[in-house]
This record gives sequence, structure tokens and C-alpha cells, in this order.
Amino acid sequence: MDTSNAPLAQKRRRGYFRNPWRRPRILQAITVSYLAWSILPVTIAILISFTSGRSRAIFQGPPSLRWWIHDDLSVLKNPEYRVAIKQTLVLGLSTVLIAVPIGVLFALAMNRWRGRGAQTANFFVLLTFVVPELILGTSLLIFFTKLATFIQLGTMAQILGLVTFQINYPVIIVRSRLLSIGRHYEEAAMDLGASPLQSLRKVLLPMLYPAIFVSAVLVFADVIDDFVIVRYLSLGAPTEPMSVKVYTAARGSPVPAINAMATIMLMTTLLVVTLGSLAFRHFAKQQQGEGASVTAELASQM
Amino acid sequence: MILFFITPFYAVFALAFGTIDPFWRDAIPVWNPLQWDSASFRETLQKIIIPADMISLVLLVIAAFGIYYLARSKSKFRFVYMAVIVIAWMVSWHFIHEAMTAPEAAIYRPAFVRTFMFVIIASASCLVLGYPVAYFVSRYGGKYKSIYLVLLIAPFWISYMMRMLAWVNILQPDGYLNALLSVFAPGKITYGWLEGHWFTLIFGIVYGYVPYMILPLYAGLDRINENLLEAARDLGADGRRTFFRITLPLSKPAILAGFVIITLPMMGDYYTKDLLSRRPTTTMIGNLIDQSVSRPTGKGEAAALVLVLAMILLIPMAYYMRTTTKETERW
Repeated sequence: MDTSNAPLAQKRRRGYFRNPWRRPRILQAITVSYLAWSILPVTIAILISFTSGRSRAIFQGPPSLRWWIHDDLSVLKNPEYRVAIKQTLVLGLSTVLIAVPIGVLFALAMNRWRGRGAQTANFFVLLTFVVPELILGTSLLIFFTKLATFIQLGTMAQILGLVTFQINYPVIIVRSRLLSIGRHYEEAAMDLGASPLQSLRKVLLPMLYPAIFVSAVLVFADVIDDFVIVRYLSLGAPTEPMSVKVYTAARGSPVPAINAMATIMLMTTLLVVTLGSLAFRHFAKQQQGEGASVTAELASQM
Repeated sequence: MILFFITPFYAVFALAFGTIDPFWRDAIPVWNPLQWDSASFRETLQKIIIPADMISLVLLVIAAFGIYYLARSKSKFRFVYMAVIVIAWMVSWHFIHEAMTAPEAAIYRPAFVRTFMFVIIASASCLVLGYPVAYFVSRYGGKYKSIYLVLLIAPFWISYMMRMLAWVNILQPDGYLNALLSVFAPGKITYGWLEGHWFTLIFGIVYGYVPYMILPLYAGLDRINENLLEAARDLGADGRRTFFRITLPLSKPAILAGFVIITLPMMGDYYTKDLLSRRPTTTMIGNLIDQSVSRPTGKGEAAALVLVLAMILLIPMAYYMRTTTKETERW
């Protein structure tokens, strides 16, 4: 039995490569190991934030909240870190509150106002996507320090800088939604006696809610993660948000409190994104079938 | 918004072509374009590139194109072409030699060359790593496709800093990677991965940007009509031929898009180097800009470097804008 087994196995192996309908095991192995490789390090970093030792390299049990609340250098007790968390939230919320309404108006304007103006606007919206953040950040810094000196570096400059390039999310998402809605609904509303403003407010805007919501979520999540622009436009430690603190402490700080901070950052983003997708599903259920197309458009945007 | 976008760029120009304060050595912007002075910009440019570089590059490009045409042409003048190419090679060799031996003035040149090398290696690795993953998920994802997609998009929601911090933890001398390696090797390994190695940096860049490569690849591969693949199989092509004759050519736009999407931020990346390697031997263009911005008197030089970087990236940016605009028009 042993003697006949070996050639059979060999044959089977050769058969595997000959079979045109074989399961793509190698590709699957690559994919699974890639996914593990992409997620595992972050999991380890989160784990290390619950260590009870001082080392940032390895997890020392038992799990504790030492670097979250207990230690003097922990996230809760270190005033610098508390300021950073507050700054991140301030920047995120105010950028959303400024960039999303302007972006929606921009999208509406671009949808109505065809011709060269709209093309130019479209060009600049796309340009903010393409230009590396370092170039944007440096030019904004030079702008605020050499030309617009009446605006001090710090929170104000950071918000203005962020709005400049975050505006493209609402513009692109709302605009693609407007294109898929078309003008029929609005025209129908106006035929039934609504004024242009009424038809915009009562018909078009509710249909745009999912798109507006998605763009707000994207903007908020992106601001939390943003680093280059915010760092250049910050004015010393009190205006540095979490991302900048992680950057400075990653090689500087000897204790794992920074891991706790990075975990907070991650959790905030994930929370916003999860809430956003839940709410989005809710909206989409209200508008049967419309949601799917927005998701598809979003996927093609990413 | 346009105001906020154009004026900063204008400020960069004004600063790069401005004058220098004789006392503080700080750059002063000149707002009138008619009074722009290129002296300080040229000074920065001379730190990056010397004339021999330019000449040898141009000659090499001419020679490369010449060989390309020669390989296809059956013209009777092809010996003349060949002679021209040989001469071009020889002359450029002279300049390359000069460029190799006299680089002292060009103190920024190594960083530029290094950045190109790093970006080429890293984006090629991203393709090699990302293509199989995107291909598998798009073709064989099956009922798990949505789970795969969520996992592929997950890195987008994790901040870049967090992902680099994770590697800073793992690559510590007493970290998990060395612990893992110690299992296979005799003795305890305490290799300093973070002590300024180019491979750590490239590894970090690949880790950072590969998700941004996979998604466009996936989108492109997913769009391929399966009927085409089946037709190829029906006409007798085996799996490999179907891939190389159908799938790969059809995914070429996606590959190009992926390359552009990852190389643009890679060229302006300075934080990966700051986190994973602190030695100046791995300085990239981004670090040069970051360092000059942080210097109190370096804003003028930073502006000049930003302009140079923007010029380098003009072609990929234009390509990306063109393809995206085309796609938007299709809607």
C-alpha cells in the first residue's frame, strides 16, 4: 500500500496544476496572509496599550489600564494628551460644520452652472485630491506666515487649512448623487406649484441627506487622521491634535501611553464610521433602492 | 475656496523667487511677478542637480528612444541611427562620470536619487503584493467577498500614524519580530531594525501604501467582463495565456491608476522615515522640505523645493486628473 501511495500523491499534485478548475489555493494563501499582515500589527499595538509593564515592545500581563487611567503619564492624567484629544475633536467638528455645508452648496452650484466656471471648479476640487499633502501643507504654512499674517497659526489656521482640502468630499459625493437623481423630481415639484427654493428644500435636500451624511462622516474621519497640514499649521503643544502627538511620541516617548492614545484615535474613527454606516442604512431603507447606487458610487470614488 | 487654494501656491512662488533678507538670512516674498528674482531658486536648484546630470539624462533618454526605434525599423539608415546612439552613449558616459565624481556642490542630490529609488522599489513591491490579492478577491471572493472587502478597506480607517506606530513597537530591539526570529535562530536576536536601514523604510512605505494600490486594482479587475475570460478559455487558451493576453492588458489602466495614487503621496512622504529610520542616510525629498520648513530661515528654500517637487509630479498629477475627469464625464 505504501508503494502505490507515493506515485498517486505525485499524480494528484500534478493533477492539481493541470486542472483548469482548481481551487486557487496559492492565491488564497497570499490574500489571507496579506490580510493578517495588514491587521495584525495594529492589533498588537492595541494590545500593548493594555500592558502593565513599562516596555513599549512587548505585552506584559496581566492586562491593566495603567497607561489609560492609572499612571501619572497615562492618557487620562497627562494634561498634554487631554488637550490633544480635545483639539482633535474641535478640529473634526468645526471642519465638518464648515466644509460640509459649503461643499453641498458648491456641488449644487456646479450642477446647475455648467460651462467653463464649473469646469474650473471641478479642476480645483480634483487638484486638492491629487496634490501631495506636504505640498499643500507647506504652501498653506507659507500663506499664513507670509501673506495672511492677520490669521494666527493655531486652531483658526488649522480649520481653514483643513476646510480647503476636505471640501472635496462633500462636493464629489453630493455632486455624483445629484447627477444620479436628475432634475425630474425638482421639476415635478415646481409643476405642482413649489417655488424653486421650496422644491430645493422640501424635495431635493431630503434626497441628498444620505450623501451629505456620508461626506460628513468621511470628512470627520479624515480630519482625525490628518497629520501633515495640522502639524504645520499648529502653534506649539496646545494646538497639536492626537495624530501629531502620536508622531512626536512614536520615537520619543518611552512609555506605552502613546499606544493608548493611538487606540483612542482608532476607536473614534471606527465609532464614527460604524455609526455613519448604520445611519446610512437607515436613510437608504427610507429611500428604497436609492442607497445602493450611492454606495456603488462611493466605492468607485475611493 | 479657489482663493484659499491659489493664493498659497502664489505665496510659494513669491517666496521661492523672492529676495533674501541680508541681515536675518530669511526669505522675503516678492509679490510682483515682474520683480521676481531667480537667484535663490537657482541656488537651491544647484544643490539638487548639476548640469552634467541633466545632459547625461537627456542623452540617455535619446539613446533609449533610439534603440527602441531601431529595434522596430527596417530603414536603410539604421546604421546611421546606430552610430548616433553609440556616440550618445559615449558622450553621456563622459557626463555620467563627471556627475559621479563631482557631487559635492549638490548636497541634496543623493536624497533625490534615493527618493526615486525608494518610490520605484516600493511601488513595484506594492504591485507584486497587491495584484494577487486584488485578483483573488475580485475573481474568487465568492460569498466571502464582502468580508474580504471590509478587511481590505479597514486600513483606510486606521490612521497612518497608528499603523507606523505599530511597527515601531514590533521592530524594537526587544520587540516581537526579534522574538519571532529568535525561535528559528540560535541565541537571542536583538537586531536594531529601526536604526536607519533602507529596507525597514521601504517595508514601512509598502505597508503604508499597499491598501491604496489594492483598491483601484480591485475596482479595475472587478470590472472585467467574465465572458471575455470564458471566451478565451473556449478558444483554447490555458489559464496562463488567458491571464497574460486578456486579464493583464485589461487591467493596465487600473495598474497605472494605482501607481499614480500611491507614488504621489510617497514622493511627499517624510513621516515614515522619521518614524522608522532616523538616520540621514535614508533622507527623502519630503524630509528635505520638512527640515527646511522647520528651520527658522529655511522657508525660502522650502518653497523652492516644493516647486521642484511639484514640477516632478506634474506629469502623474496631470495623468490622474485627465483620467478622473474622463470618468466623471461618463456619468
